[in-house]
Amino acid sequence: MFTVLLQAAIGVSLSKAAAAFAASIVVLGAAFGIGRIASTALESMARQPEVASDIRSSMILAAALIEGVAMFAILVSILVILL
Amino acid sequence: MNKVRYILLLLLFLLPVTGSQAFAASGGQEPFDAPKVIFEHLKDAYEWHITTIGDKHISIPLPVIVYSERAGWQFFSSSVFHEGEEYNGFYLSRHGDNEGKVVERNAAGNEQRPLLDISITKNVLAIFLNGALLCIIMLLTSRWYRKRGDSNAAPRGFVGAMEAIVTMVIDDVIKPNIGEKWARFTPYLLTVFFFILLSNLMGLIPIFPGGANVTGNIAVTLALALCTFVAVNVFGNKEYWKEILWPDVPTWLKFPLPLMPFIELFGIFVKPFALTVRLFANIFAGHTAILVFICLIFITMSVNKYLGGAMTVISVFFTVFMNILELLVAFIQAFVFTMLSAVFIGLAQPQHHAKS
Repeated sequence: MFTVLLQAAIGVSLSKAAAAFAASIVVLGAAFGIGRIASTALESMARQPEVASDIRSSMILAAALIEGVAMFAILVSILVILL
Repeated sequence: MNKVRYILLLLLFLLPVTGSQAFAASGGQEPFDAPKVIFEHLKDAYEWHITTIGDKHISIPLPVIVYSERAGWQFFSSSVFHEGEEYNGFYLSRHGDNEGKVVERNAAGNEQRPLLDISITKNVLAIFLNGALLCIIMLLTSRWYRKRGDSNAAPRGFVGAMEAIVTMVIDDVIKPNIGEKWARFTPYLLTVFFFILLSNLMGLIPIFPGGANVTGNIAVTLALALCTFVAVNVFGNKEYWKEILWPDVPTWLKFPLPLMPFIELFGIFVKPFALTVRLFANIFAGHTAILVFICLIFITMSVNKYLGGAMTVISVFFTVFMNILELLVAFIQAFVFTMLSAVFIGLAQPQHHAKS
């Protein structure tokens, strides 16, 4: 198993592997952030159902902003691979 | 009726099996190049390829319109490129930076792009089709309201669904984010919302009228984001420009060295850029994921027939799953684009600070 991985690793240049690794770290962070937004929003919606729609739109906005940051980082990774 | 449905479902699952058998029967002469196939589906093209039966390609030829210094304006059908032929010195490049694009040879004998290339490509035609479809849907909906006149009848069926969506966008997105002047921006925001939604959904249909990667093309999303950029900056009020050029911060942050104004100006351009990349990356990633699951069938089939057969079942399940997920993403991305546009427009219309 390990030799297979090593053989595969030789074929790929170091910068490409680093870019893929960077993208995966960014996705981890973004997933954690969006997960926290969703969980806290759900908690507050359960506590106060009457303002659920306000919370929902703020939740989508915050998630979109976090996603935007993740997109920037992934774009940088893509540029590392392509350039 | 139920039985018909089951039979159709069964046929749907058998489709890829027959397809991969045909691939195996053809011997798979050339090794399967997954990245090439995937990018062929994602990229723009000079013709709209529909299917291949045996060796026969069925595609819709599209007009190529180019302007070059050597030949002037040229207008011809892309079907001339079929067997790698040339037309008046124009041909499709086979490798290098311009691969797959119309090129010509310059005096030095090097390949170069013509000065202007405004061909009706696959994506352009798809935008025309989506726009026409959008007009038909909207005009049909508005006709119902004109016919209703003064009676107070409630819309039903399709018109009712449209009213629900329009009301949702206006009440949840436009009004709370823009504030007083919401009516002025509602036509633009609703147009953007429905255009993105329709383009996303059409992109998920794998056969002819759909299937073009319109919103997964960074040029299209850039154009949409530039519209928002204009709406934000042209209609921004005096307060907005004052907050950018002379913000309410300690003087040393803005006088000898304009630090804050620089950051604020930078922010003006980051907003549309974020809109562009978000929509592009989401749709592009979705299309790629679906294509990768389809390609898995052919990759495993070239390794081992039985492994490929087993993979077919798994792939079809995952592809259907991804497609359903993409339905959700299609709506969410249209919603997010509209919402962020509304937020940016609202931020550009700050009210005067209440003096305390």
